[in-house]
Amino acid sequence: MSKQLILALSKGRILEETLPLLADAGIEPSEDIDKSRKLLFDTNLPNVKLVVIRATDVPTYVQLGAADLGVAGKDVLMEHGAEGLYEPLDLRIAKCRLMTAGIQGAEPARARRRVATKFVDIARRYYAERGIQAEVIKLYGGMELAPLMNLADEIVDIVDTGNTLRANGMAPRELIADISTRLVVNKAAMTMKHEQLKPLIDRLREAVMSRHGDPTVSA
Amino acid sequence: MTIADRWLLPDGMDEVLPPQAARMEELRRTLLDLYYRWGYDQVMPPPVEFLNSLLTGTGTDLDLQTFKLTDQLTGRMMGVSADVTPQVARMDAHSMKRQGPARLSYCTNVLRAKADQYQGGRSPVQVGVELFGHAGEQADLEILNLALSSLQVAGGEEIHLALGHIGIYRSLVQVAALESAQERAIFEALELKSPGDLGKCVRDSVSDTTLAEMLIALAELHGGVEVLDEARSVFAEAPPAVGAALDQLESLVEGVRSAYPDIDLYIDLAELRGYQYHTGMMFAAYVPGYGQAIAKGGRYDDSGRAFGRARPATGFSMDLKLLASLAVEPPADDGIWAPADDCPSLRDSVNTLRSQGERVVQALPGQRTGPEQHRCNRQLMKDGNGHWQVSFLN
Repeated sequence: MSKQLILALSKGRILEETLPLLADAGIEPSEDIDKSRKLLFDTNLPNVKLVVIRATDVPTYVQLGAADLGVAGKDVLMEHGAEGLYEPLDLRIAKCRLMTAGIQGAEPARARRRVATKFVDIARRYYAERGIQAEVIKLYGGMELAPLMNLADEIVDIVDTGNTLRANGMAPRELIADISTRLVVNKAAMTMKHEQLKPLIDRLREAVMSRHGDPTVSA
Repeated sequence: MTIADRWLLPDGMDEVLPPQAARMEELRRTLLDLYYRWGYDQVMPPPVEFLNSLLTGTGTDLDLQTFKLTDQLTGRMMGVSADVTPQVARMDAHSMKRQGPARLSYCTNVLRAKADQYQGGRSPVQVGVELFGHAGEQADLEILNLALSSLQVAGGEEIHLALGHIGIYRSLVQVAALESAQERAIFEALELKSPGDLGKCVRDSVSDTTLAEMLIALAELHGGVEVLDEARSVFAEAPPAVGAALDQLESLVEGVRSAYPDIDLYIDLAELRGYQYHTGMMFAAYVPGYGQAIAKGGRYDDSGRAFGRARPATGFSMDLKLLASLAVEPPADDGIWAPADDCPSLRDSVNTLRSQGERVVQALPGQRTGPEQHRCNRQLMKDGNGHWQVSFLN
């Protein structure tokens, strides 16, 4: 009997870029994910099912074994922590940078820096490593507003083109990490289902390779 | 104070109710009996020790897991045991000082400062064995056999055993002589089995290309037993310790296969769990439906050095709560119901039945629940001659 694999996908922009990659690797949902309100989907492969969930929930599903593998941004993975997870493949989609940013021309002068972000753990670690006392303020969106309203001196956020920052009179400062989307696998699943997982990971790796060249060489 | 404040338990603390408590106790006895028959003597480590003895040579993970309190008598810091293994190592090294191999077993409540959704929350019951004083793979095989028997006894089915050896990575990074930040980056990438990140870190910090290739290859060296053959060719020019590690794994694979032909074997040469204290082979056992390992073990030589006696050591541990959940059967209705009657002949009958090992539940005056609610399938009734007889309930 072939063992069932559950693949957890991140909703939103990552999903749009993930589906073509999955199609290249021979996995297609049996109905249009965008047009359905379902959360669990069959695929053309009898032993692979998809769940489509919030990006921040993907590491939790995979870590606890509710899903065997998943697709998640490195930003979400860094924030969540990697315990119990493998990251065998960089899918090299939805690339962006995790950066600090502040008001254009302003210097972060305060001894105790107020930082607005949704990446609370990453921000704490980052400032601690640099010996900067930071007071981290958790926000769920619209980070750019925080410095303008004097809620924070700096923000930690995803920067893609930088247009939103510029439009609000802000500028990126330090690079924290280059972000791309990763395939993550549950440790127990890797042990018990490696015969199903290895070919799937290999096919995805080939799909990534045919787009970018050798994925083991980082850009 | 709301009513919830009176019954709410702290995060990760749970109580065990019937019938699960009985199931755990039955399993505890079965396991300790099994270990006894293999020659393991039971020990009971103290629930609290001074931090210096609890946390020597165990790394920061255990430090964070340990609840701490001050000893009012001495002013010293004490810790509540979060892992029994270092305690048993101390007992072997300092308290017992046995000649030759020492085989010890334990089953103890521990407390963990951080909740783990799977491993018994913050109050697991740790059960396991340790074998001190023998450095050979025969000792490791004995431990593997016991771990697999334990899982089978507990009703585990479709058991998957993952085998690894910390010596492979350890000798490769030793030869590479890396700075600690570089080694940390390589370690983290390898822990994630991320060939992309690993390749980048290794190329940045290891100039010897043969060695770099070997380190990068580690990320892919996991899968069925065929991985060992693959590793032979990858590590052809590796330090001799790597070859020795592969020899050990091969003989363990053979040993497990002959004793447990049904077990699925998985090899992972990049498993780095417990890097701070493991020194040789490591294993973890999995069963379907559980997202994490249910038994973990391996070799951790010289853990007794801090207590004055460095000895080879190997062992494994499990969480009894998790283990008891592998096979859940509602307990059978096996009791005998006795009426609320203070007649001496009834008392004698009840005593006789109890001494024969029967479970006899005697009703209390005015009781409204009956035999069904008390898991009884039989009852004591007076026959025509005034004798108490056991008869089946319909």
